[in-house]
Amino acid sequence: MKILTGNDLATGDVVWWTGSDWSRHVEDAADVGEAGERIGREEEAARRVNVPYVIDAAGTPEGPRPAHIKDRIRALGPTVRTDLTLKPSDPAAGNWVI
Amino acid sequence: MYRYDQYDQAIVDARVEEFRDQVARRLSGELSEDQFKPLRLMNGLYLQLHAYMLRVAIPYGTLNSGQLRVLADIARRYDRGYGHFTTRQNLQYNWIKLADAPDILAELAKVEMHAIQTSGNCIRNISSDQYAGAAADEVTDPRPWAELLRQWSTFHPEFSYLPRKFKIAVIAAAEDRAAMRLHDIGIEIIERDGEQGARIFVGGGMGRTPMIAHEVRDFVGIDDLLSYLEACLRVYNRYGRRDNIYKARIKILLHEIGVDEYRRQVEEEFLAVKQLGLDPPKAEFDRIAAFFADPPFDGDAPDAVDRSDPGFALWLDQNVAAHKAPGYAIATISLKPAGGIPGDATAEQMDLIADLAERYSFDELRVTHAQNLVLPHVRKADLYAVWQALDGAGLAEANLDLIGDIIACPGLDYCSLANARSIPLAQKISNRFADPERQRDLGELKLKISGCINACGHHHAGHIGILGVDRKGTENYQLLLGGSGAEDVSLGRITGPGFDEDGVVDAIERVTDLYKARREPGERFVDTYRRIGMEPFKEVIYAQS
Repeated sequence: MKILTGNDLATGDVVWWTGSDWSRHVEDAADVGEAGERIGREEEAARRVNVPYVIDAAGTPEGPRPAHIKDRIRALGPTVRTDLTLKPSDPAAGNWVI
Repeated sequence: MYRYDQYDQAIVDARVEEFRDQVARRLSGELSEDQFKPLRLMNGLYLQLHAYMLRVAIPYGTLNSGQLRVLADIARRYDRGYGHFTTRQNLQYNWIKLADAPDILAELAKVEMHAIQTSGNCIRNISSDQYAGAAADEVTDPRPWAELLRQWSTFHPEFSYLPRKFKIAVIAAAEDRAAMRLHDIGIEIIERDGEQGARIFVGGGMGRTPMIAHEVRDFVGIDDLLSYLEACLRVYNRYGRRDNIYKARIKILLHEIGVDEYRRQVEEEFLAVKQLGLDPPKAEFDRIAAFFADPPFDGDAPDAVDRSDPGFALWLDQNVAAHKAPGYAIATISLKPAGGIPGDATAEQMDLIADLAERYSFDELRVTHAQNLVLPHVRKADLYAVWQALDGAGLAEANLDLIGDIIACPGLDYCSLANARSIPLAQKISNRFADPERQRDLGELKLKISGCINACGHHHAGHIGILGVDRKGTENYQLLLGGSGAEDVSLGRITGPGFDEDGVVDAIERVTDLYKARREPGERFVDTYRRIGMEPFKEVIYAQS
C-alpha cells in the first residue's frame, strides 16, 4: 500500500493522511493508491501540511507500517528516547520500528 | 570574552524581526515552502526527521554562564528539556515549533547569541581550540583572531551564496584540538621573528570526499589576514563548481587545479584585494583582543591538589589539563556517560554547569568539537568541589579522549539525511567498554561515528571510525581505522565489508584486543596501527566472519 506523510506546518509534527484529515499516528494512515501526490499538492496549497510525500507501507493488523526504517522512526520517534516517542509509557511500542 | 557593540546588537535584533515577519508570512501562506526554506536555513532552522531543528551558533565555542542558562531555559520552555552539542561547537534543539522560532531567536539576541550562518552556503560558525586563552601550550589566544573572522564573515555580501558551505578553524598551539586541517580553511597562529601571524591551510574537509588541507601560505601577518582570506574565498567563489553539489567544496577545486595553481591565483587576487583597505587598523584588532584579556587570576593560588579521593584522582588524571596560570587548571566535563547520548545535556545539567562556571571559572565555558563542555579557568584548590558537584549530577565521567568519549552525529534517530542510527551504536560501545580500568588501559582512542557519508560525526578522523550506510533498507556499518583530526592528521581507511550493529561492536573489541597484544610501550592505538598496518587488524576482524 501507499500512504501519504508530511509535517504539520506550524508545529513540525510528523503527520499522516487519514483519507479526510491528518493524524499524528501512522495507524490512522489511509491507502492513497495513486492519488497521493495530488492529495499532497492540494493539502500543501491549503497549508494543512508541509513537504508531503508518498511512501510504501505494509498493511498489518495494527495498521500501516512504513517500509523504510527512516519512515518507521519518523512514525514513532527516536529509538534512543522512548520517553519522547508518541507512546512513552509503552516500552514495547517500538518493537516494529527496527 | 567578546561583548556585542551597538552594531552587533542592531544587526542581530534586526534579523530577529525580519525572520518574525518571514515566519508570519509563511504561516499565512504568503510564502511557499520553496520560498521560505532558504530564509529559515539562513536562520539555522531545519526541518528534520521529527520536527523543526534549530542550530544555535556558539562562536569559537565560547560562552558565559548567562548564555548557557538561556540555552537551558529555551530547552525547557520551547523544546523537550535538553539540547545537543555538536561537532561544530554549536547547540541544536530537536523539537522546535515554527511559530516559536522568532521568540527563541529574540531570547538568544538578549544574551548576544543567534543562529545566523549555522546553515546555508556561507561561512559557518568559526571554530577554535576549546582551551583557547587557558592552554599552557598556546602561542597566543586564538579567539581575537576568530572574533575578527566572525565579524568579517557575518553577512559578508560577497560570500552569502558560495558554491557550498564553508568552514574555518583557528588554533594557536602545536597540539591541534580543533581538527584544523580538516576544514575548508585552517589557520594556525604562529610566532616568527617576534611577530605573530597565521599559517593558512586550504582544502581540507570530511564528507564523501575526505581531504587534508594543504598549506598555501606559511605566514600572513594580522595586517593582511582579512585581505588574504578574502582572496582565498574569491578564487573559490569564482571557480568553485556550482553544477554538482558533490564537487562544490573548495577541496575539490584544489584537487582539480592543484595547490600551486590555486596558490598562484590567490596571491594574484591578494595583491588586488590589498588595495581595498579591508584589513582593520591595529587599534581595532587590539580593541577586540582586549575583550579576551586574562581574567584576574590569583597569583597565590596553590598548586597542590589533594588526591586522596580515588574517584576524584581518576577524573583529575583524565579530564583535567594544564593551564597557563600557576595554580589553575582546565576541566573538561564529559557529556559521554556509559550508555548515554553523546553531546546531549538536559536543561538541569546546563544550569548546574552554568552555576559552576560562574562560581569557579570566571563565568566562562567552552564547547568542544568532541561534544563536551569545558571550565577553562578553575583554581586547582577548587577542583574537588567542582568534581563533587559534577559527580552528584552524573557529569563526572573520567573518560576524556578514551574509547567511551565517542563523537556521534544524531544519525537516523533525528536526522533526515542519515542512513543509519549512530546513537544506539555509541551506547552499545560505551556500555561494552564501560569499565574505567579497561578504558584507561586502552589509552587515548578516539572513536567517531557518522550515520551517513556527510561525516558530521567525523568518522574519517577517528582512530576508529564508523560509517553507517543503508544496505537495501537495512542499517550497515563500515569500520575505518587510522584516522586523526589532531596535529598528526590522517584519514581512516575502511577495513572491508560492513557489519550489523552488534557485529561492529564485536569487531571493535577484536581490534582493541589486537592492539593490546601488539602495542609497544607508550604506543597509542593509532600509533600501533600506523606501525603494523591494516592487515593484522583485518585478519582478526574478519577471521570469524
